[in-house]
Amino acid sequence: MEIHHHQYEAVIVGAGGAGLSAAVYAARGGANVAVISKLYPPRSHTGAAQGGINAALGNLEEDHWEWHMFDTVKGSDYLGDQEAIELMVRKAPEIVYQLEHLGLPFDRTPEGKIMQRPFGGHTRNYGEAPVKRSCHAADRTGHMILQTLYQNCIKEGITFFDEFHVLDLLLEDGVCRGAVAYEIATGDLHVFHSKAVLFATGGCGRIFSFTSNAHALTGDGLASVYRRGVPLEDMEFFQFHPTGLYPLGILITEAVRGEGGVLRNDQGERFMERYAPTIKDLAPRDLVSRAIYLEVREGRGIGGKDYVHLDATQLGQAIIKAKLPEIADFCRTYVGVDPVKQPIPVKPTVHYAMGGIPTDIDAQVIVDDQGTPVAGLYAAGECACVSVHGANRLGCNSLLDIVVFGQRGGVRLAEYVKGADFAPLPPEPEAWSVSQIERFLKGPGDHQEKIGALRAEMQELMMRDVGVFRTEEPLRQALAGLKALKARYQEAEIDDRGHRFNTDLLEAIELGNLLELAEVAAAGALNRQESRGAHYREDFPQRDDANWLKHTLACKVAGQIEFSYKPVSITKFQPKERKY
Amino acid sequence: MKAHFKIKRFNPEKDREPHWEEYELEVEPTERVLDALQTIKWEQDGTLTLRRSCAHGICGSDAMVINGKNRLACKTLIKDLGSHITVEPLRGLPVIKDLIIDFTDFFAKYRSIKPYFINDEPPPDVERRQSPRQRARFDDTTKCILCGICTTACPVFWADSRYLGPAAIVQAHRFLFDSRDQGAEERLPVLSAHGGVWKCRTVFNCTDACPQGIDVTGAIAEVKKLLLFRKL
Repeated sequence: MEIHHHQYEAVIVGAGGAGLSAAVYAARGGANVAVISKLYPPRSHTGAAQGGINAALGNLEEDHWEWHMFDTVKGSDYLGDQEAIELMVRKAPEIVYQLEHLGLPFDRTPEGKIMQRPFGGHTRNYGEAPVKRSCHAADRTGHMILQTLYQNCIKEGITFFDEFHVLDLLLEDGVCRGAVAYEIATGDLHVFHSKAVLFATGGCGRIFSFTSNAHALTGDGLASVYRRGVPLEDMEFFQFHPTGLYPLGILITEAVRGEGGVLRNDQGERFMERYAPTIKDLAPRDLVSRAIYLEVREGRGIGGKDYVHLDATQLGQAIIKAKLPEIADFCRTYVGVDPVKQPIPVKPTVHYAMGGIPTDIDAQVIVDDQGTPVAGLYAAGECACVSVHGANRLGCNSLLDIVVFGQRGGVRLAEYVKGADFAPLPPEPEAWSVSQIERFLKGPGDHQEKIGALRAEMQELMMRDVGVFRTEEPLRQALAGLKALKARYQEAEIDDRGHRFNTDLLEAIELGNLLELAEVAAAGALNRQESRGAHYREDFPQRDDANWLKHTLACKVAGQIEFSYKPVSITKFQPKERKY
Repeated sequence: MKAHFKIKRFNPEKDREPHWEEYELEVEPTERVLDALQTIKWEQDGTLTLRRSCAHGICGSDAMVINGKNRLACKTLIKDLGSHITVEPLRGLPVIKDLIIDFTDFFAKYRSIKPYFINDEPPPDVERRQSPRQRARFDDTTKCILCGICTTACPVFWADSRYLGPAAIVQAHRFLFDSRDQGAEERLPVLSAHGGVWKCRTVFNCTDACPQGIDVTGAIAEVKKLLLFRKL
């Protein structure tokens, strides 16, 4: 294994929407920046986002940022930080216009403006009825955003290290010094000495078995900073998207319901009318997912099984072909269902981590309730927690989040590196990474434990005990189970001992990251004794603002998870009962 | 059902030449080829190497030759192939290991056509206007996921590595037919040069293989037409 050394003012880890936005604006700000990604950038999971990006443009009907702010705050079950949410929604129209100016091919209204449609939890006049706020390009909006941002990175001449897997953050005395990455094609290590690092590595949905998340979403960035003593915020809040294609878990966009599709149980009943009388099928995702679970629990799943129907047959051929072509293709390809004629089988699928690396509104990582920053460390996108999504994210707010805070991070990063020096590298900066690799390449080869089997056990355990409904005893069992899995992971071995494109090794390293994060999520879920947003405790079914209107910070101290808290920013909207 | 996989393997750290290896496993007919390949990797042979990420045909990572045709392993179901399945790396680009090919040349050609929006006029405060009809004009080529399937299905590309290949031309088409873009003068010289669109012999392999259903050959023909009428 060779060790290579590089020096860049700033390193961005991850090349989805947040990383690429940051790269464009860091470069425009004059920073000498390198982007490291374990995938070719256009393979990133931003490309799988379907429905749209929110902005109160009012192109089709009256809309205001204040309404968007209220919906986002209420959707977050009042855990979202209102200062950050206000900034994001006020900035949204400008961000959408900027994307259009960068070339993004939005769908158009007859007058040639950007087309918009309704989405879950987005309403006019503070909850009256659904509003058309989601700006879209058919049902491939994420694909278009990813492509457009990558194209503009090429235009800016940004340096990419494609298929480089991050292993470690170099952080000492509260100052960021760079990162270490593994070159997948050769097996060499690369030490990136930098003044600043921005993590934009996306989510970690692969801690669960039934998920819309790509295989690549193993939380490498989250685990890298967590191991170096940076806390993770609100990791107990995991979003289940109500409509995962049964039995695969592939995302079926909320735009199906935005365009008029409805959910039905085994009796053909439009059951969301009972759970959310005002906005029905366009209620936020936490409510709809719980409703589906309850229908199934009460025996009203289709044929008594654990799924329901998403009925889009009333939309007609023309709308489905023009507005939902990708999902129609998924349904035909994977389950042989033509959504024009037949209902789509769906079940809630693990979709999005509301929690992540705590940051301020400039994507700067902060470690406590005092706003103490880590010099030179930034995070944006799903791996970060600003927190604009609180306990439950609204649809089409994550594409907005990644562009707004990716961009702000890029701008801030460029300013920071102008005024900062390169802090010296620690001695042997690659040591920890080398030890991780060598443990797998030089193991004794008796194959007691296999990575694939351990991962499957972890994913099943998380799905069963840390899912939509949670209670104390199963959560304790989950934590014990994860502890046992972590011990067995220490004995696990791989088959491939080579240096060239060793994905066996990478999957082993990724599992190490997943196990860390699964433990934080399960411990957080046990710790939070209330129900809020996506976190539902059957033994504590009420929201408890007196004790729990606060963010969780989970920190690794001497191998143990320690919890601390920080207050929620509440400016315009006082917490109220959440009804739809 | 029992499935029989025959997979072309090559690890340059060990092998002088590629060779076939065979695997048998239980699969559901509704499973994706990708699921079966991962089962082989996780349960039988961890050295089997392939790229994959989203597993539903949108990231473009797992393009490979399956039963003789270029396809995405995550968009191909076992039931559509039967019990005997052969898997090889894409043709026409160097193999790094097993099913992994080297995309360096592919992305260099993609970059050569300036795959980004060009319009130096100051933008308005709001969106640039574009009619639904103008938007529909280039919709097909916006679907490209850069998986490499079309380019590595093209016999002209196999024979002449100087050819840009269908994927790069599809990307050029996406901008050339966008009413807002003004970069045609910068792109057309590359497209009309020796390795450009005139190499295309309209074999239609690209169109047949595209997992996004893009009319690739049609898009290349439209770029040819654009070049012709510009010259006249």
